[in-house]
Amino acid sequence: MSAEPTRSDVRLLTQAFTPGEEVDRFTRAHPAAGGIVSFLGQVREGGGVEALELQHYEPLTLPAMEDLAAQVRGRWPLDGLLILHRSGEMAPADPIVLVAAAARHRRDAFAAADFAMDHLKSQSWFWKREKVDGTWRWIEPREEDFEDIARWDSAAAE
Amino acid sequence: MALNMVFLGKLEDVAGCGAREVELAGTLDEAIDSLGPELAKALREPRVKLAVNGILLQDRDAPVLRDGDVIAFLPPVSGG
Repeated sequence: MSAEPTRSDVRLLTQAFTPGEEVDRFTRAHPAAGGIVSFLGQVREGGGVEALELQHYEPLTLPAMEDLAAQVRGRWPLDGLLILHRSGEMAPADPIVLVAAAARHRRDAFAAADFAMDHLKSQSWFWKREKVDGTWRWIEPREEDFEDIARWDSAAAE
Repeated sequence: MALNMVFLGKLEDVAGCGAREVELAGTLDEAIDSLGPELAKALREPRVKLAVNGILLQDRDAPVLRDGDVIAFLPPVSGG
């Protein structure tokens, strides 16, 4: 008996979400999966950051997230995939991104979630700024994000 | 006859607004120039990508511009 893989659940959210509820619902939807791996990214507290804002571009951002989900599904056998990403203004400790992968075997679930996160961080259409001491400042891309994503290219070349 | 220019990320600060309408120009270069030298320079940075009507341009090939086109200028993304 093999359950049909479900469509990926990919959402761009402009309001706060509750990660626990989302993971619970996702887990219940995939009873045949032996393992669920989830990753939650939240707004880092400290450094005087009062708020974080993510800007997206409607025609590109969600379609690219959906393409990423399809790419992940093509690479690992998953029962289900969840990708949620916030846009708009957030406060420290607010959830920004939630990725969950459900698979028969845990290694597929770990790898799929890891791959999805690396690509979301460096290749998705979001522009980020933070507010420190009442002043907004745009965040430049981080070199580490490009290094994180490059390791998947070398993995494919091996 | 107009083009809708959209400025994402820090380009919004340079432009002083998130979007602006300009008169339909013959070429993209003319349209960019009509926005003034400071903004034009920022929009021409090599890492700034372009989307016309929601479709990403490859290698800045010269698009044929039509009335009502939406041209978005996309600086390097800073990740989620």
